[in-house]
Amino acid sequence: MTLLDDFLIRAALAGIGVALAAAPLGCFVVWRRMAYFGDATAHASILGVALALSFDVSIFAGVLATALAMATTVSALAGRGYAMDTLLGVLAHSSLAFGLVAVSFLSGVRIDLMAYLFGDILAVGRGDLAVIWGGAALVLALLWWRWSALLTATLNPDLAHAAGIDPRREQMVLTLALALVVAVAIKVVGVLLIAAMLLIPAAAARPFAATPERMAAIAALLGMLAASGGLQLAFVFDTPAGPSIVCLAAALFAAASTAGLLLRRR
Amino acid sequence: MSLISLEGLSVTYGGNTVLSGVTLTINPGEIVTVVGPNGSGKSTLLRSVIGALKPSGGSVARAPGLRIGYVPQKLHIDPTLPLTVRRFLSLPARVSDARAAEALEQAGAGNLAARQMSGLSGGQFQRVLLARALLTNPQLLILDEATQGLDQPGSAAFYQQIEKVRQEIGCAVLMVSHELHVVMAASDRVVCLNGHICCEGAPEHVATAPEYRALFGTGTQGALALYRHEHNHSHDHDCNHDHHHEAAE
Repeated sequence: MTLLDDFLIRAALAGIGVALAAAPLGCFVVWRRMAYFGDATAHASILGVALALSFDVSIFAGVLATALAMATTVSALAGRGYAMDTLLGVLAHSSLAFGLVAVSFLSGVRIDLMAYLFGDILAVGRGDLAVIWGGAALVLALLWWRWSALLTATLNPDLAHAAGIDPRREQMVLTLALALVVAVAIKVVGVLLIAAMLLIPAAAARPFAATPERMAAIAALLGMLAASGGLQLAFVFDTPAGPSIVCLAAALFAAASTAGLLLRRR
Repeated sequence: MSLISLEGLSVTYGGNTVLSGVTLTINPGEIVTVVGPNGSGKSTLLRSVIGALKPSGGSVARAPGLRIGYVPQKLHIDPTLPLTVRRFLSLPARVSDARAAEALEQAGAGNLAARQMSGLSGGQFQRVLLARALLTNPQLLILDEATQGLDQPGSAAFYQQIEKVRQEIGCAVLMVSHELHVVMAASDRVVCLNGHICCEGAPEHVATAPEYRALFGTGTQGALALYRHEHNHSHDHDCNHDHHHEAAE
Protein backbone atom coordinates (compact mmCIF):
# COMPACT_ATOMS: atom_id res chain seq x y z
CA MET A 1 0.00 0.00 0.00
CA THR A 2 1.62 3.15 -1.18
CA LEU A 3 -0.96 5.35 0.51
CA LEU A 4 0.25 4.42 4.00
CA ASP A 5 3.82 5.18 3.01
CA ASP A 6 3.14 8.86 3.35
CA PHE A 7 3.78 9.92 6.95
CA LEU A 8 1.16 12.67 6.71
CA ILE A 9 -1.53 10.22 5.67
CA ARG A 10 -0.56 7.93 8.53
CA ALA A 11 -0.65 10.84 10.95
CA ALA A 12 -4.07 11.95 9.73
CA LEU A 13 -5.45 8.42 10.03
CA ALA A 14 -4.01 8.15 13.55
CA GLY A 15 -5.56 11.45 14.62
CA ILE A 16 -8.93 10.59 13.12
CA GLY A 17 -8.89 7.18 14.81
CA VAL A 18 -8.21 8.69 18.22
CA ALA A 19 -10.82 11.42 17.75
CA LEU A 20 -13.42 8.88 16.66
CA ALA A 21 -13.09 6.96 19.93
CA ALA A 22 -12.26 9.82 22.28
CA ALA A 23 -15.18 12.10 21.39
CA PRO A 24 -18.12 9.79 22.25
CA LEU A 25 -16.34 8.61 25.39
CA GLY A 26 -15.66 12.27 26.16
CA CYS A 27 -19.42 12.86 26.20
CA PHE A 28 -19.67 10.52 29.18
CA VAL A 29 -16.73 12.26 30.78
CA VAL A 30 -18.61 15.55 30.42
CA TRP A 31 -21.99 14.20 31.54
CA ARG A 32 -20.55 12.44 34.58
CA ARG A 33 -18.23 15.35 35.45
CA MET A 34 -15.21 13.11 35.19
CA ALA A 35 -12.91 15.65 33.52
CA TYR A 36 -10.28 15.41 36.23
CA PHE A 37 -10.68 11.66 36.27
CA GLY A 38 -9.66 11.59 32.62
CA ASP A 39 -6.79 13.93 33.37
CA ALA A 40 -5.53 11.80 36.25
CA THR A 41 -5.70 8.63 34.19
CA ALA A 42 -3.79 10.30 31.37
CA HIS A 43 -1.11 11.75 33.63
CA ALA A 44 -0.54 8.39 35.28
CA SER A 45 0.32 6.91 31.92
CA ILE A 46 3.76 8.56 31.85
CA LEU A 47 4.57 6.19 34.70
CA GLY A 48 3.33 3.44 32.41
CA VAL A 49 5.76 4.58 29.73
CA ALA A 50 8.66 4.40 32.20
CA LEU A 51 7.63 0.96 33.43
CA ALA A 52 7.14 -0.33 29.90
CA LEU A 53 10.62 0.83 28.89
CA SER A 54 12.33 -0.59 31.96
CA PHE A 55 10.60 -3.97 31.72
CA ASP A 56 10.89 -3.99 27.96
CA VAL A 57 7.19 -4.50 27.20
CA SER A 58 5.17 -2.57 24.64
CA ILE A 59 4.33 1.03 25.54
CA PHE A 60 0.69 0.29 24.77
CA ALA A 61 0.56 -2.51 27.37
CA GLY A 62 2.41 -0.48 30.00
CA VAL A 63 0.20 2.57 29.56
CA LEU A 64 -2.99 0.49 29.51
CA ALA A 65 -2.01 -1.25 32.73
CA THR A 66 -1.08 1.92 34.66
CA ALA A 67 -4.11 3.83 33.35
CA LEU A 68 -6.35 0.99 34.52
CA ALA A 69 -4.58 0.80 37.87
CA MET A 70 -4.94 4.55 38.32
CA ALA A 71 -8.61 4.59 37.42
CA THR A 72 -9.35 1.66 39.74
CA THR A 73 -7.44 3.29 42.59
CA VAL A 74 -9.43 6.49 42.20
CA SER A 75 -12.73 4.59 42.09
CA ALA A 76 -11.76 2.62 45.19
CA LEU A 77 -10.64 5.67 47.16
CA ALA A 78 -13.63 7.82 46.18
CA GLY A 79 -15.84 8.80 49.06
CA ARG A 80 -13.35 7.89 51.80
CA GLY A 81 -12.84 11.21 53.48
CA TYR A 82 -11.44 13.33 50.66
CA ALA A 83 -13.38 15.28 48.07
CA MET A 84 -13.04 13.80 44.61
CA ASP A 85 -11.21 16.78 43.12
CA THR A 86 -8.65 16.78 45.94
CA LEU A 87 -8.06 13.07 45.52
CA LEU A 88 -7.67 13.39 41.77
CA GLY A 89 -5.38 16.38 42.11
CA VAL A 90 -3.13 14.44 44.46
CA LEU A 91 -3.05 11.30 42.34
CA ALA A 92 -2.78 13.00 38.94
CA HIS A 93 0.16 15.18 39.76
CA SER A 94 2.01 12.73 41.94
CA SER A 95 1.74 9.99 39.34
CA LEU A 96 3.03 12.42 36.71
CA ALA A 97 5.92 13.36 38.99
CA PHE A 98 6.73 9.74 39.82
CA GLY A 99 6.58 8.93 36.12
CA LEU A 100 9.00 11.73 35.23
CA VAL A 101 11.39 10.66 37.98
CA ALA A 102 11.14 7.02 36.91
CA VAL A 103 11.94 7.98 33.31
CA SER A 104 15.09 9.78 34.48
CA PHE A 105 16.41 6.51 35.95
CA LEU A 106 16.32 4.91 32.52
CA SER A 107 19.83 6.05 31.67
CA GLY A 108 20.49 3.20 29.26
CA VAL A 109 17.66 4.13 26.95
CA ARG A 110 17.68 7.43 25.24
CA ILE A 111 14.05 8.51 25.23
CA ASP A 112 12.49 11.65 24.02
CA LEU A 113 10.30 12.73 26.92
CA MET A 114 8.65 15.45 24.87
CA ALA A 115 7.31 12.81 22.51
CA TYR A 116 5.33 11.24 25.35
CA LEU A 117 4.24 14.49 26.98
CA PHE A 118 3.03 16.15 23.77
CA GLY A 119 2.74 13.29 21.32
CA ASP A 120 4.65 12.50 18.18
CA ILE A 121 1.95 11.99 15.61
CA LEU A 122 4.26 12.45 12.63
CA ALA A 123 6.25 9.40 13.73
CA VAL A 124 3.24 7.09 13.69
CA GLY A 125 4.14 3.87 11.90
CA ARG A 126 1.96 1.17 10.41
CA GLY A 127 2.12 -0.85 13.62
CA ASP A 128 1.02 2.17 15.66
CA LEU A 129 -1.80 2.72 13.23
CA ALA A 130 -3.01 -0.83 13.73
CA VAL A 131 -2.91 -0.41 17.53
CA ILE A 132 -4.74 2.95 17.37
CA TRP A 133 -7.51 1.74 15.09
CA GLY A 134 -7.80 -1.55 16.94
CA GLY A 135 -8.10 0.26 20.27
CA ALA A 136 -10.52 2.82 18.86
CA ALA A 137 -12.70 0.08 17.39
CA LEU A 138 -12.69 -1.71 20.74
CA VAL A 139 -13.74 1.45 22.59
CA LEU A 140 -16.52 2.17 20.10
CA ALA A 141 -17.74 -1.42 20.28
CA LEU A 142 -17.74 -1.26 24.08
CA LEU A 143 -19.73 1.98 24.07
CA TRP A 144 -22.12 0.66 21.43
CA TRP A 145 -22.74 -2.53 23.40
CA ARG A 146 -23.33 -0.85 26.76
CA TRP A 147 -24.86 2.42 25.49
CA SER A 148 -28.30 2.25 27.13
CA ALA A 149 -26.99 0.87 30.40
CA LEU A 150 -24.23 3.48 30.51
CA LEU A 151 -26.69 6.30 29.91
CA THR A 152 -29.08 5.02 32.57
CA ALA A 153 -26.29 4.65 35.11
CA THR A 154 -25.10 8.15 34.22
CA LEU A 155 -28.56 9.59 34.87
CA ASN A 156 -29.00 8.05 38.30
CA PRO A 157 -27.55 4.98 40.03
CA ASP A 158 -30.82 4.07 41.76
CA LEU A 159 -32.73 4.31 38.50
CA ALA A 160 -30.19 1.89 37.08
CA HIS A 161 -30.59 -0.51 39.99
CA ALA A 162 -34.35 -0.49 39.61
CA ALA A 163 -33.85 -1.47 35.95
CA GLY A 164 -31.51 -4.32 36.89
CA ILE A 165 -28.32 -2.49 35.84
CA ASP A 166 -25.31 -2.44 38.14
CA PRO A 167 -23.91 1.12 38.03
CA ARG A 168 -20.52 -0.05 39.33
CA ARG A 169 -20.16 -2.39 36.39
CA GLU A 170 -20.96 0.43 33.98
CA GLN A 171 -18.41 2.60 35.75
CA MET A 172 -15.85 -0.15 35.14
CA VAL A 173 -16.78 -0.23 31.46
CA LEU A 174 -16.11 3.50 31.21
CA THR A 175 -12.87 3.13 33.15
CA LEU A 176 -11.69 0.43 30.77
CA ALA A 177 -12.66 2.52 27.74
CA LEU A 178 -10.84 5.50 29.20
CA ALA A 179 -7.68 3.49 29.78
CA LEU A 180 -7.85 2.24 26.20
CA VAL A 181 -8.25 5.74 24.79
CA VAL A 182 -5.34 7.01 26.87
CA ALA A 183 -3.18 4.11 25.69
CA VAL A 184 -3.89 4.75 22.01
CA ALA A 185 -3.84 8.55 22.22
CA ILE A 186 -0.46 8.93 23.91
CA LYS A 187 1.35 8.71 20.58
CA VAL A 188 -0.96 11.22 18.95
CA VAL A 189 -1.44 14.06 21.43
CA GLY A 190 0.66 12.99 24.40
CA VAL A 191 -0.05 12.61 28.09
CA LEU A 192 -0.75 16.25 28.83
CA LEU A 193 -3.30 16.83 26.09
CA ILE A 194 -5.32 13.60 26.03
CA ALA A 195 -8.02 15.07 28.23
CA ALA A 196 -8.47 17.82 25.66
CA MET A 197 -9.34 15.29 22.96
CA LEU A 198 -11.95 13.82 25.31
CA LEU A 199 -13.52 17.02 26.55
CA ILE A 200 -13.32 19.72 23.91
CA PRO A 201 -15.20 18.04 21.02
CA ALA A 202 -17.91 16.85 23.44
CA ALA A 203 -18.28 20.30 24.96
CA ALA A 204 -18.35 21.90 21.51
CA ALA A 205 -21.10 19.52 20.37
CA ARG A 206 -23.44 20.27 23.27
CA PRO A 207 -25.23 23.38 21.85
CA PHE A 208 -26.26 21.52 18.68
CA ALA A 209 -27.56 18.30 20.19
CA ALA A 210 -31.02 17.42 21.44
CA THR A 211 -30.28 13.80 22.29
CA PRO A 212 -27.21 12.03 23.74
CA GLU A 213 -26.69 10.08 20.51
CA ARG A 214 -26.58 13.21 18.41
CA MET A 215 -24.14 14.83 20.84
CA ALA A 216 -21.80 11.83 20.54
CA ALA A 217 -22.03 11.87 16.74
CA ILE A 218 -21.41 15.62 16.45
CA ALA A 219 -18.54 15.35 18.94
CA ALA A 220 -16.96 12.62 16.82
CA LEU A 221 -17.28 14.77 13.68
CA LEU A 222 -15.78 17.82 15.39
CA GLY A 223 -12.98 15.69 16.83
CA MET A 224 -12.10 14.29 13.41
CA LEU A 225 -12.23 17.78 11.91
CA ALA A 226 -9.88 19.08 14.62
CA ALA A 227 -7.49 16.15 14.12
CA SER A 228 -7.19 16.43 10.34
CA GLY A 229 -7.37 20.23 10.24
CA GLY A 230 -4.91 20.66 13.09
CA LEU A 231 -2.46 18.41 11.35
CA GLN A 232 -2.67 20.52 8.21
CA LEU A 233 -2.16 23.69 10.23
CA ALA A 234 0.89 22.13 11.87
CA PHE A 235 2.27 21.30 8.43
CA VAL A 236 1.62 24.78 7.01
CA PHE A 237 2.86 26.79 9.99
CA ASP A 238 5.49 24.30 11.12
CA THR A 239 4.04 24.01 14.63
CA PRO A 240 3.94 20.94 16.90
CA ALA A 241 1.19 18.64 15.67
CA GLY A 242 -0.51 17.50 18.91
CA PRO A 243 -0.93 21.00 20.36
CA SER A 244 -2.07 22.32 16.96
CA ILE A 245 -4.88 19.74 16.92
CA VAL A 246 -5.98 20.82 20.40
CA CYS A 247 -5.79 24.51 19.40
CA LEU A 248 -8.11 23.91 16.45
CA ALA A 249 -10.47 21.95 18.72
CA ALA A 250 -10.48 24.87 21.14
CA ALA A 251 -11.27 27.29 18.29
CA LEU A 252 -14.15 25.02 17.22
CA PHE A 253 -15.39 25.03 20.81
CA ALA A 254 -15.29 28.83 20.96
CA ALA A 255 -17.18 29.10 17.68
CA ALA A 256 -19.72 26.49 18.79
CA SER A 257 -20.47 28.14 22.11
CA THR A 258 -20.85 31.53 20.46
CA ALA A 259 -23.19 30.02 17.89
CA GLY A 260 -25.04 28.29 20.73
CA LEU A 261 -25.55 31.56 22.55
CA LEU A 262 -26.83 33.24 19.40
CA LEU A 263 -29.16 30.33 18.65
CA ARG A 264 -30.64 30.50 22.13
CA ARG A 265 -31.10 34.25 22.01
CA ARG A 266 -33.01 34.08 18.74
CA MET B 1 -49.55 -13.68 47.51
CA SER B 2 -47.71 -10.59 48.72
CA LEU B 3 -45.57 -8.60 46.26
CA ILE B 4 -42.79 -7.83 48.70
CA SER B 5 -42.04 -9.50 51.96
CA LEU B 6 -39.33 -8.22 54.30
CA GLU B 7 -38.37 -10.55 57.14
CA GLY B 8 -36.34 -9.07 59.97
CA LEU B 9 -34.43 -6.82 57.52
CA SER B 10 -31.30 -5.15 58.89
CA VAL B 11 -29.02 -2.80 56.97
CA THR B 12 -25.64 -1.59 58.19
CA TYR B 13 -23.62 1.25 56.63
CA GLY B 14 -19.99 1.42 57.67
CA GLY B 15 -20.65 0.21 61.22
CA ASN B 16 -23.88 2.15 61.70
CA THR B 17 -27.06 0.16 61.89
CA VAL B 18 -29.59 2.08 59.83
CA LEU B 19 -32.39 -0.47 59.89
CA SER B 20 -32.92 -3.38 62.24
CA GLY B 21 -35.54 -6.08 62.40
CA VAL B 22 -37.93 -4.60 59.84
CA THR B 23 -40.71 -6.98 58.92
CA LEU B 24 -43.14 -5.70 56.31
CA THR B 25 -45.28 -7.12 53.55
CA ILE B 26 -46.90 -5.29 50.67
CA ASN B 27 -49.97 -6.80 49.09
CA PRO B 28 -51.29 -6.22 45.57
CA GLY B 29 -53.16 -2.97 45.13
CA GLU B 30 -52.53 -1.36 48.52
CA ILE B 31 -50.97 2.02 49.24
CA VAL B 32 -48.36 1.86 51.96
CA THR B 33 -46.72 5.04 53.20
CA VAL B 34 -43.54 5.03 55.23
CA VAL B 35 -43.11 8.07 57.44
CA GLY B 36 -40.23 8.89 59.72
CA PRO B 37 -37.89 11.72 60.67
CA ASN B 38 -34.71 12.47 58.71
CA GLY B 39 -32.18 9.69 59.06
CA SER B 40 -34.77 7.15 60.11
CA GLY B 41 -33.86 4.82 57.25
CA LYS B 42 -36.80 5.50 54.93
CA SER B 43 -34.78 5.71 51.75
CA THR B 44 -32.62 2.81 52.90
CA LEU B 45 -35.77 0.73 53.20
CA LEU B 46 -36.87 1.59 49.66
CA ARG B 47 -33.42 1.01 48.25
CA SER B 48 -33.35 -2.42 49.89
CA VAL B 49 -36.70 -3.22 48.32
CA ILE B 50 -35.49 -2.36 44.80
CA GLY B 51 -32.27 -4.29 45.40
CA ALA B 52 -29.85 -1.35 45.39
CA LEU B 53 -28.68 -2.27 48.91
CA LYS B 54 -27.69 -5.64 50.26
CA PRO B 55 -29.27 -6.45 53.63
CA SER B 56 -26.82 -7.28 56.40
CA GLY B 57 -29.45 -9.40 58.10
CA GLY B 58 -32.90 -10.82 57.38
CA SER B 59 -34.34 -11.25 53.93
CA VAL B 60 -36.10 -9.42 51.13
CA ALA B 61 -38.44 -11.60 49.09
CA ARG B 62 -40.00 -10.32 45.88
CA ALA B 63 -42.84 -12.07 44.10
CA PRO B 64 -41.45 -13.96 41.09
CA GLY B 65 -41.31 -11.71 38.04
CA LEU B 66 -42.40 -8.69 40.05
CA ARG B 67 -42.52 -5.52 37.94
CA ILE B 68 -41.44 -2.50 39.94
CA GLY B 69 -41.83 1.09 38.81
CA TYR B 70 -39.45 3.36 40.68
CA VAL B 71 -39.84 7.13 41.01
CA PRO B 72 -36.61 8.40 42.57
CA GLN B 73 -36.15 11.26 44.95
CA LYS B 74 -35.49 14.39 42.90
CA LEU B 75 -33.27 13.39 40.02
CA HIS B 76 -30.54 15.76 38.99
CA ILE B 77 -29.89 15.75 35.26
CA ASP B 78 -26.72 17.51 34.31
CA PRO B 79 -27.49 20.30 31.83
CA THR B 80 -24.58 19.09 29.70
CA LEU B 81 -26.60 15.97 28.92
CA PRO B 82 -29.06 16.70 26.11
CA LEU B 83 -32.08 14.53 26.65
CA THR B 84 -35.64 14.86 25.40
CA VAL B 85 -38.48 13.48 27.48
CA ARG B 86 -39.18 10.96 24.74
CA ARG B 87 -35.57 9.72 24.70
CA PHE B 88 -35.54 9.57 28.51
CA LEU B 89 -38.49 7.19 28.44
CA SER B 90 -36.54 4.82 26.20
CA LEU B 91 -33.82 4.35 28.81
CA PRO B 92 -32.66 1.67 29.30
CA ALA B 93 -35.17 -0.28 27.22
CA ARG B 94 -36.55 1.15 24.00
CA VAL B 95 -40.32 1.67 24.10
CA SER B 96 -42.70 2.32 21.23
CA ASP B 97 -44.00 5.83 20.59
CA ALA B 98 -47.51 4.65 21.38
CA ARG B 99 -46.48 3.20 24.74
CA ALA B 100 -44.52 6.34 25.63
CA ALA B 101 -47.47 8.57 24.76
CA GLU B 102 -49.81 6.40 26.81
CA ALA B 103 -47.57 6.51 29.89
CA LEU B 104 -47.15 10.28 29.61
CA GLU B 105 -50.91 10.62 29.34
CA GLN B 106 -51.44 8.43 32.43
CA ALA B 107 -48.96 10.53 34.38
CA GLY B 108 -50.60 13.79 33.31
CA ALA B 109 -47.64 14.84 31.17
CA GLY B 110 -49.18 14.26 27.75
CA ASN B 111 -47.71 17.30 26.01
CA LEU B 112 -44.11 17.08 27.17
CA ALA B 113 -42.59 14.43 24.88
CA ALA B 114 -40.46 16.80 22.79
CA ARG B 115 -39.20 18.94 25.69
CA GLN B 116 -35.68 18.83 27.09
CA MET B 117 -35.46 17.21 30.54
CA SER B 118 -33.32 20.03 31.92
CA GLY B 119 -35.96 22.60 30.90
CA LEU B 120 -38.87 21.07 32.84
CA SER B 121 -40.40 22.57 35.98
CA GLY B 122 -40.32 20.55 39.20
CA GLY B 123 -43.88 19.32 38.83
CA GLN B 124 -43.46 18.43 35.16
CA PHE B 125 -40.24 16.60 35.94
CA GLN B 126 -41.89 14.41 38.60
CA ARG B 127 -44.71 13.56 36.20
CA VAL B 128 -42.19 12.48 33.60
CA LEU B 129 -40.47 10.30 36.21
CA LEU B 130 -43.87 8.83 37.04
CA ALA B 131 -44.54 8.17 33.35
CA ARG B 132 -41.22 6.39 33.09
CA ALA B 133 -42.07 4.23 36.09
CA LEU B 134 -45.40 3.31 34.48
CA LEU B 135 -43.84 2.04 31.24
CA THR B 136 -43.34 -1.48 32.57
CA ASN B 137 -46.96 -1.62 33.67
CA PRO B 138 -45.77 -2.11 37.25
CA GLN B 139 -47.42 -4.20 39.93
CA LEU B 140 -45.67 -2.06 42.50
CA LEU B 141 -44.95 1.64 42.21
CA ILE B 142 -42.24 2.93 44.55
CA LEU B 143 -41.92 6.64 45.28
CA ASP B 144 -39.05 8.08 47.29
CA GLU B 145 -40.04 11.53 48.56
CA ALA B 146 -41.29 12.11 45.06
CA THR B 147 -42.70 15.56 45.79
CA GLN B 148 -39.65 17.07 47.41
CA GLY B 149 -39.25 20.58 46.11
CA LEU B 150 -42.87 20.92 44.98
CA ASP B 151 -45.14 23.40 46.69
CA GLN B 152 -48.19 22.19 48.55
CA PRO B 153 -50.73 22.43 45.71
CA GLY B 154 -48.10 20.84 43.44
CA SER B 155 -47.60 17.84 45.71
CA ALA B 156 -51.31 17.46 46.40
CA ALA B 157 -51.94 17.38 42.63
CA PHE B 158 -49.13 14.87 42.21
CA TYR B 159 -50.56 12.52 44.84
CA GLN B 160 -53.99 12.81 43.27
CA GLN B 161 -52.38 11.69 40.03
CA ILE B 162 -50.86 8.71 41.87
CA GLU B 163 -54.28 7.70 43.19
CA LYS B 164 -55.75 8.02 39.72
CA VAL B 165 -52.99 5.84 38.32
CA ARG B 166 -53.58 3.26 41.01
CA GLN B 167 -57.25 3.10 40.15
CA GLU B 168 -56.44 2.76 36.45
CA ILE B 169 -53.78 0.07 36.56
CA GLY B 170 -54.39 -1.41 40.02
CA CYS B 171 -50.79 -1.34 41.15
CA ALA B 172 -49.65 -1.31 44.75
CA VAL B 173 -47.87 1.85 45.88
CA LEU B 174 -45.03 2.05 48.38
CA MET B 175 -44.00 5.58 49.17
CA VAL B 176 -41.83 7.46 51.56
CA SER B 177 -42.59 10.93 52.73
CA HIS B 178 -42.32 13.38 55.52
CA GLU B 179 -45.20 15.40 54.18
CA LEU B 180 -47.53 13.52 56.48
CA HIS B 181 -50.54 15.71 56.04
CA VAL B 182 -50.59 15.32 52.28
CA VAL B 183 -49.82 11.65 52.11
CA MET B 184 -51.35 9.86 55.04
CA ALA B 185 -55.01 10.10 54.22
CA ALA B 186 -54.55 8.47 50.84
CA SER B 187 -52.81 5.45 52.36
CA ASP B 188 -54.27 2.10 53.25
CA ARG B 189 -51.49 1.58 55.70
CA VAL B 190 -48.92 3.85 57.31
CA VAL B 191 -45.63 2.57 58.64
CA CYS B 192 -43.87 4.76 61.12
CA LEU B 193 -40.14 4.16 60.89
CA ASN B 194 -37.23 5.18 63.06
CA GLY B 195 -34.51 2.61 62.50
CA HIS B 196 -37.15 0.02 63.24
CA ILE B 197 -40.91 -0.02 62.78
CA CYS B 198 -42.35 2.04 65.63
CA CYS B 199 -45.97 1.48 64.76
CA GLU B 200 -48.00 0.57 61.76
CA GLY B 201 -51.64 0.50 60.74
CA ALA B 202 -54.43 2.58 59.25
CA PRO B 203 -53.66 6.32 59.02
CA GLU B 204 -56.05 7.17 61.89
CA HIS B 205 -54.47 4.54 64.06
CA VAL B 206 -50.90 5.68 63.43
CA ALA B 207 -51.72 9.35 63.80
CA THR B 208 -52.96 8.76 67.33
CA ALA B 209 -50.36 6.17 68.32
CA PRO B 210 -48.08 7.32 71.15
CA GLU B 211 -44.98 6.13 69.25
CA TYR B 212 -45.90 8.33 66.33
CA ARG B 213 -46.56 11.34 68.53
CA ALA B 214 -43.27 10.80 70.28
CA LEU B 215 -41.54 11.13 66.92
CA PHE B 216 -43.53 13.91 65.34
CA GLY B 217 -45.18 15.62 68.29
CA THR B 218 -48.83 16.47 68.28
CA GLY B 219 -48.30 19.53 66.13
CA THR B 220 -49.10 17.69 62.93
CA GLN B 221 -52.48 16.66 64.20
CA GLY B 222 -54.07 19.89 63.06
CA ALA B 223 -52.54 19.68 59.58
CA LEU B 224 -53.59 16.09 59.27
CA ALA B 225 -57.21 16.89 60.11
CA LEU B 226 -57.12 19.86 57.76
CA TYR B 227 -55.94 17.76 54.89
CA ARG B 228 -58.47 15.04 55.48
CA HIS B 229 -61.15 17.59 55.23
CA GLU B 230 -59.79 18.80 51.90
CA HIS B 231 -59.41 15.28 50.65
CA ASN B 232 -62.97 14.48 51.52
CA HIS B 233 -64.10 17.66 49.88
CA SER B 234 -62.30 17.08 46.60
CA HIS B 235 -63.80 13.63 46.27
CA ASP B 236 -67.38 14.03 47.35
CA HIS B 237 -68.60 14.99 43.93
CA ASP B 238 -67.01 12.25 41.86
CA CYS B 239 -67.34 9.17 43.98
CA ASN B 240 -68.80 7.97 47.21
CA HIS B 241 -65.87 6.48 49.05
CA ASP B 242 -65.87 8.94 51.91
CA HIS B 243 -64.56 6.39 54.36
CA HIS B 244 -62.03 8.83 55.76
CA HIS B 245 -64.75 11.22 56.63
CA GLU B 246 -65.37 10.05 60.16
CA ALA B 247 -61.71 10.12 60.99
CA ALA B 248 -61.55 13.73 59.91
CA GLU B 249 -64.10 14.95 62.33
